[in-house]
This record gives sequence, C-alpha cells and structure tokens, in this order.
Amino acid sequence: MSAETEETTAAPPAHRAPQPPAPRRSLPPVVVHLAWALLAFALLVGLTMITDPFTNLRIATIGYYLIAIAGLALLTGLNGQVSLGHGAFMFIGAYTVALLVLHVPGLPFWVDLLLATAAGGIAGLLAGAAAARLHGPYLAGATLALAVGLPAITQRYPEFLGGSNGLSFSVNSQPAGLVGVVPATRWEAWVVWATALLAMVILVNMSRGRLGRSLRAVRDDEVAASLAGIHVGRTKILAFIVSSACAGLAGGLQAFLLGTAAPGSFTVALSLSLLAALVLGGLGSLWGAFWAAIAFVYFQAWAEDAADAVNLPVNVENNLPLALYGTVLILVILLFPAGIHGGLTRLRAAVRSSRQGRSGRSEGVS
Amino acid sequence: MEQFLNLTLNGITSGAVYSALGLSLVIIYRATRVVNFAQPAFALISAYLAYSINQATGGYWLGFAVALLAGAVMGVLTERLLVRPVRHNELGAIIVTLGLLIVLQAVAGMVWSNEPHSFPYAFDFRGDFSPNSMFVVAAVAVTALAVLLLFRATPLGLRMRAAAFHPDAARMSGVRVGLMLTLGWGLASAVGSLAGMLAVPPFIFPNVLDGVFVYALTAAVIGGLDNPLGTIIGGFLLGVGLSYVSGYLGPELVTLAALAILVIVLAVRPNGLFGKALARSV
Amino acid sequence: MRIHRAVRIWAVAVTGALVLAGCSGAGETPSGGSGNQPADSAPGVTDDTVVLGSHQPLTGPAAPGYSKISVAAQAMYRYINDNGGVNGRKIEYKVEDDAYNPTKTVEVVKKLVLEEQVFALVGGLGTPTHSKVLDYLNQEGVPDLLVSSGALMWDQPQKYPMTFGYQVDYLREGKIMGKYVKDSFAGKKVGLFFQGDDVGRDTQAGLDQFIKDQVVTRQPYDPANTDVTPQLLALKSSGAEVVVCACIPSFMALTLLTAAKIGFKPQFVSSSIGADPATLTALLQDFAKRSGATVSPDQLLAGFVGAGYLPRAALTDDPWVKFFKEIHDKYIPTEAFTDTLIFGMAQAYSVGQILKAAGRDLTRRKVVETLETTQLKGPGLVPFAYSKESHSGYTGAYLVRNNGNGTSSVVQQPMVTDRESGEVKPAGGDRVNPDQTGLLDK
Repeated sequence: MSAETEETTAAPPAHRAPQPPAPRRSLPPVVVHLAWALLAFALLVGLTMITDPFTNLRIATIGYYLIAIAGLALLTGLNGQVSLGHGAFMFIGAYTVALLVLHVPGLPFWVDLLLATAAGGIAGLLAGAAAARLHGPYLAGATLALAVGLPAITQRYPEFLGGSNGLSFSVNSQPAGLVGVVPATRWEAWVVWATALLAMVILVNMSRGRLGRSLRAVRDDEVAASLAGIHVGRTKILAFIVSSACAGLAGGLQAFLLGTAAPGSFTVALSLSLLAALVLGGLGSLWGAFWAAIAFVYFQAWAEDAADAVNLPVNVENNLPLALYGTVLILVILLFPAGIHGGLTRLRAAVRSSRQGRSGRSEGVS
Repeated sequence: MEQFLNLTLNGITSGAVYSALGLSLVIIYRATRVVNFAQPAFALISAYLAYSINQATGGYWLGFAVALLAGAVMGVLTERLLVRPVRHNELGAIIVTLGLLIVLQAVAGMVWSNEPHSFPYAFDFRGDFSPNSMFVVAAVAVTALAVLLLFRATPLGLRMRAAAFHPDAARMSGVRVGLMLTLGWGLASAVGSLAGMLAVPPFIFPNVLDGVFVYALTAAVIGGLDNPLGTIIGGFLLGVGLSYVSGYLGPELVTLAALAILVIVLAVRPNGLFGKALARSV
Repeated sequence: MRIHRAVRIWAVAVTGALVLAGCSGAGETPSGGSGNQPADSAPGVTDDTVVLGSHQPLTGPAAPGYSKISVAAQAMYRYINDNGGVNGRKIEYKVEDDAYNPTKTVEVVKKLVLEEQVFALVGGLGTPTHSKVLDYLNQEGVPDLLVSSGALMWDQPQKYPMTFGYQVDYLREGKIMGKYVKDSFAGKKVGLFFQGDDVGRDTQAGLDQFIKDQVVTRQPYDPANTDVTPQLLALKSSGAEVVVCACIPSFMALTLLTAAKIGFKPQFVSSSIGADPATLTALLQDFAKRSGATVSPDQLLAGFVGAGYLPRAALTDDPWVKFFKEIHDKYIPTEAFTDTLIFGMAQAYSVGQILKAAGRDLTRRKVVETLETTQLKGPGLVPFAYSKESHSGYTGAYLVRNNGNGTSSVVQQPMVTDRESGEVKPAGGDRVNPDQTGLLDK
C-alpha cells in the first residue's frame, strides 16, 4: 500500500523503453510496490504483536475483505461494471477451500487458496461472458439473481455441500515449528495479510499497466476504446475474471480463517454491503478499497457497541446498528460523493494549500 | 392435471405481485434511470402502517388507502431529498436507495419489532382460485392498465414521458420536468405499496418483501426495464414458471431457477424480452 | 509487458516461501496436540459476578420467532440477581446478534470469548450457526451449555467435552411422535412435512422407526421460500390423513393457513419447535375477520397435536408457569407470554441451577464435571440425559391436543427414549417446584 497506488485519470507513463532515468526512479514499479508491501507487512506484524487476539481476528477480517473489495474496485471503479453478486464468488472460494480441506486433506493450505482463486476466476469467466453484453441495471439485476440463486445449490446436494448447515472444519496451517510459539489468530492474520498485500501489489500493477488503461478506456467510452484497438468484450470479461478471482480468494481466506462455509454467510446482504463499502471508501482508487475494508469491519462493531452502551428498548437497540449503517451510507453519498478516500484527499489538499499560503513557498505541490 | 391447474393458478397470483412491484421499479427507472432499491422498504412501511390502522380500527380498507398514500409520499420525498442530488451517478443512486432500504427496515424493526405479526388478506383466501387471488390479479391488472393508459393516452402521461426521455426538449415546451419526475416517483411508490399490501399476507416482519423484491427485479429485467407491459408479462411468466419448479422439481430450486431463467433470457435478449436496445447514456 | 513478467517472478518467489512455511496438509490434524481438556480456570468470574454470553438471531430473516428468547432469559437473570444472585455472584448476560449468519456467529463468539471474557456460552441458538463454533469452544475449553437446537451433534462427549445440548433432540422427538401416530392412527396414511435440513432428516429417522410403512409422501420446505402451496397440494393429493410436521412456528402457521386455503383437513401432529399455541394463535388471529369464522385461530388449531417438554404457558395452574408469569409481569410485562418466553426463562433457570451446583469455587472444569454428575431437576417434564456418557438435553416429550376452545388435553403422557432404537417408555420421576430447587438459597 503506497501513495503510488493512487489512480489518476491520466495514464501513468509506460515503462517500456529501457531509458536511463534518474537514479531515484530506476527501480521498476513492481519492486517499489513490493518493497512498500513488505514494509506494510512488517508494520502489520508489529501491530498484531501489540494487540489482543480478538483484534488480530478483526485485522485478519479486514485483510480478506480488502481483497474482495479491491477486486470489486477494479470491476466497478475501473471498468464501470456494477456487480451486486460478488458474495456469490466468495461463496465459491469458501466452498472450494472447505471441500479441499475435507476431501483432500493432504494439500497445503496455500494450494487450497490458489485453487479457490482459480475457482473464483473460472466462475468470473462464465459470469463475465454472460455479462459482457449487458449494461447497467441489467447487469445489476443479473448479478443480484446470482447472489440469491447460487448459494441455494447447497440445498440440492445436502450430502456433499452440507445443505443449509454448510460445512465446518479446522484448517491446519501453522508450520510445526511455530505451533505454540505464535498464537493461532496471530499466525492467521499474518497469512491473510501476506496474501492480501501480494494480491494488492498485483492489482496495483494491473491497474497502472496496459490492462488498467484498457479497463478505463472501455469504461469511459466503449466506441472510442474499440476504435483505439481495444477488444471491448474481452476487456470486460478479463475485468470480471480478475475481480471474481479476488472474491474467490477472499472467500477462501474467510473459510481458512473461520473454518466454515455455509450458505447463510453469503446472503444478498453481503454482496450489497461489499458494493456499499466500496462506494463508501471511494471508487476511484485502491486506497478506497482499503478504507472500505476498515469501515466494513469496524463501523459495524462501533455501531453495535454504541447501541449496547445506551439503555434503549430492546427492539430499538437490536436494530440501531443497521439504522446507523444505512444513514451513514446515505450521508456519505450525499455529502462526500467521492467517499472516504476522496474526502481525505480533499482534506490533505486543503491542509497543504493553507500551509503553503502561510509559509509563502512557491514550489509546485507534486 | 389437477396439480398442474393448481400450480398454474398459484403461480398467476404470485406473478401478479411480482408484476406490480416490478412495474413500480420500471416507472421509476423510466423516469430517472435509477433502480430504486428502497421500493420494498416503502411497501414495507406502508404495510406496517396499514397493520397499525387495522389493529386500531378493526377495518381493512382505511389502512389500505393510507398505505397507498404513504407509499406515494415516501416516493415523492425520497426523489426530492435524496435521489435528485445523485441522479446522474448510477452507483450513487443505487447506494443511496440501498441505504434507505436498510434504514427503513431497521426502523420497522424498532417500531413494530422483528417478530412476525399476522396480516389479513383483503378477501377470503380459501379455494383453488380464491376471492382474494381474484382480487390480487384484478387489482394488478387494473393498475397496470391505468398506468399504461396514463402514459400513452393522457397529457400528464405524455409530459411525464417527455420529461423522462427528452428533458431538455420538454423543458423548452414548458413542461416542469422536475415536478414530472417527482410525480413519477410518487405514482411508482403508490403502485409499489399496492404490491406490498398484496404480497405481505399472511405475516408481516421487516424482511418479508426481500424475496418478492428480488423476483420483481428479475421480472423487470426479463421483461425489459423500460417497458411496463414487458415487465408485467415478465412477472406473470416468472410467477408461473417458479410455481412449476417448486411443485415438480422441489422448493429449494426456486431461486436457482430464477437465476437460470434470467440467464437464458438475457443470453438471447440482453435488454430483456421486450426491451429496446438503447444506446448507453454516459 | 515487463511488469507482468516481474509480477509473475515475484509471485513464484513468494509462493515458494509459503511452500517452505507450511508443509503439512490443511486438512490434517496438527502434530502438536490441542488442549481439549476443560481448563481449571475461571475467566469472567469475579467475587461478585459471573459473565455469560450467547449468540442469537436478533435481526435479519431468522429473527422472527427467536428474537424474544434472550429477552426472556435476561428477565430470569435479572430476577436471580435481584434475589442475591447465585452463590453470591450476579449473572451478567451478554447477548450478541449473529443474524443467523454463520460467519457472524464465529466472529461474535470469538468476541465473547476473547474480548468479553465470558465464563461460558449459554443457549447459543441454531444448528447452522452454532455448529461453526463447536471446534473453537472446545479447543479453548469454554463451557458450551444448553445449546438451543435439537441437532444430535451436541451430544459427543468424547469429541466435544464442553458442549451440552438442551432441547429434546429431533431423533428422540421423532420416535415419540412416531409411536403416538402408530398407536393412535394405526393404518392411516401419513404425510411428512419438514424443514429441508437436519431438523427434517433426524425427525424422519425417528418417525421411520415406527411408521415407515404408513408414510405416503415426504415434502420438504425451504425457509427462504414462503410459498408452501405446492407441498400442501402434494400432501393433499397423496391422500394423507395424518400430517406430521417438523417446522418452525411461522411455517407451521403458514401450513395451517395454506391447508385451509386448499380445503385440506388432515390430523396435524407437530414437533415441539413449531407447536407453541400462543405463538400460533397470534400468527393466525387476523384472518377470521375477512374469511369467516372457520379460519379463526381456534378453528384452525382444533385437533392440532403438538409436542413439548417444558410446561405450557396455557397451564396457569402449573407452579412453574405461575413462577414464570410473575417474572414476566415484573420485568417484561409488554411481551406476549408465550411458550417461547418460557423456553428462554426455563433455559436461564437451568443455567442458574448449574452454576449453583458447581459451587462458590467456580471453574470451567468444575461446571462440566458438575453437569455430568448432577441430576438437574427443574421446569422440564422429562429428565435431562446429562452424564459422563451423554451430553443430550431433555430426553423426551409429551403430546398435547388443542381442543379448539383455548383449552388443551394431554394425549400422550411424557415419554422418554434414547437416540438409538431403544423403546419409548413413560418418563418416571417426580417434578420439583420452583421453591424446592434451592437455587436462591444463600
């Protein structure tokens, strides 16, 4: 995660020609990003060391939602395709991990996660192929039906998929040397975040590279993109594949973390909240996905604590967190259409310009 | 054969409800290019108001009338206060109406609790095609006809269509575009509340319309989001189709079947069975 | 495309590192043994309080029917606290809303254990939800008492030493209903209508021990699909004269209405989860006005046979019901006094009894050992199975017939049975009154 991840509407310079640049810029961006990711990982490990096990779990939860929401950011933010059904791809990822753990116990957990990613990607290929011809609300309706319909498949194969109870299992992931040394939740948070940061590096590079430019071109004007030699249908499908692979990985990590895969976890409400969180965080940037993931996990927790703290009639107390959540969604869209990230950017710009005004410096800001 | 007949009649009744709620979505979509996720919540609050009035008065029709009125008022207020500022932001509008859905469902839970209450049918519900089923189908048919006539054959309807499809030209011909769009929302939400009153019985609780909403949106997508008649047909087809699936293949397959129907229809006709291929407005 | 190649190289390198990190299979048992023993510790216990936690569906699609259980439990704990608590400790009861979503269940239970430091989990509700925290609670050594579900999986003392069931399990209940149907409706055609999950599966396994040859059709329902007309049509056309239901209350009420709608009048027999007459009456009360007196709750419920193991709210003379009603009137007078409220109160009362029996010197291990060796006598009309060998809850049920005028009569006295193929026999033993349990003795 770095400031480098910020999206700008102007395409970043391509690094094709091996020109001798200034020494500061000599590293290829992917290396820079990986270095940032490593730094972020080190900070995160530090953070998990000083927080309690439950906070570790929440940190890990933020990690897998980050992947899902970042994938959605690529699809919806960069490519303009609205999906109301990303919970369905998480469902696929979670069940992939669950079935592998239960039926192929010999596979290490990271192979399970890779296969969950692949399963999400394949589902995304199918969905994307169907979706490429749909626009706007038709796509929204179709993906919503996917989110409602797909988990019902567990009822059809109750022996294999566990029916409405779903599957539960324990994932053994800790290397023998670390058992007892590192608490399980801390180790799991590390695994989730190592995966999440790796996924983010890949996504950042994709969105800044040729694929990202194609995605934006198709979003902004399909005709112009097509005239510029971009294969519109293929680009849209590719966006769907990457995005659902992310959701599959996120679902797989959820299963890894919680040891469950059940249809009741992948409701329409989940799919809608993913999108809502993304818009809340800010659409234009992968940073938005980061704020979104934090808001997704912590806002709910705060709202529940707040509702518990005041003495209210039980009907009011139970429903208060939902009411707060909905209100915040509305207010953010009305007051800060660019989401948390947009708000922060504006704030930073304001702070900078006022500071410059005071000190009277005349240098350019960036 | 008797089962086939019964399943068909049962499907027509539920299809009527999908049609009505779908119709309310389509009116709003035509007017403002917004898919109104809060539609089931307007219907829910309306039905709860009717429930409270029923409890207080012991009658049915006063509550029914208040429900439709409340729906219209909620639609008008929402358009004016919440949707107008984000109307040109497709995602923003989705999220605002989604936020409203969440708030209103929570408010319903706060006021009327999350426990189910019994909610009466308008007429006797017993029989293969009961008086109540007849009422449901007739109410939806009459409403649909009225809406179609309004749009096609009245000056008001013409103005509303003009405001929706050619706002600039309409404005120059003296049509108050904003008012027309607000009216569209009010009308649509009254229709949505009617759908709610028909769909809620026998029990009311905050999530009671979730499923109906999904099927209504499916119906609208199948029929074509900018085509009211198509949506009504889509609703009935979906209702009957899902009733057969439930009766012959198993009730757990209904949501999967809805998905399958949607995928097949959209694979053949990306703008729904009766939708026009509109150039995408950016 | 240099960037993409670089990404790939790095991806390979990092996955390589991960390969080294985790060599053993994800589904294999870790080499280091897990501490599966109840810890001799007592988090959440102070000199004057003990913290208990629970997960319940307070919002969302599953809230209807269940969201009042914890309200009733809370009222009972307040009553206990106002009378001095248990062994000098007040009970602090923390309820987390999981919205019946298994992911949330795992999160809120970990929150209760790690952050709220609960001493024990009590009455966690639901099979799809609670099954996801069984491993965790047992690994952590947290007592998992009186699970609100009739699934069989709570009763595995070897694998899950901390977990204890509460409700009569679906299999036992199925056997008891099966015996009743076989005795009372010999030779009649029976149709089954059940929730399409383990509720239905286990209930059928019990029923089939007695009436397999009488069953003419088996119809499942899906809780997400509230149109049960197709299933009721199938039951009607099968010629079933008796319909045995394993449904939650709202679906039981829906079934009665739908049967009235299609003119189908079989003998209904319902398992305890859907048999609460007060809840059913409330759900059915608004239809007579517009559809005639034959769909009044009394008419719809006339002849309805339901199972139970706790005293019914309607039995106003029962000492326990009187006791619960007093608490209801004092703490939660605005809630309807239903069998659901009695469930919550009775369960909380049993939790209080367990803590009492474990003594002032409270530890997690002690609670488990106490429950395995003490015969709890309380509100229930049948005994608990708790022992070292069994962690089942109530071991049987009675059946009661609704007379259609607000009264009811017992058609089969409390019976008990096992979860194998053992016989169904009358429940012996005597009940105690609320003032004889000694829960509030100093």
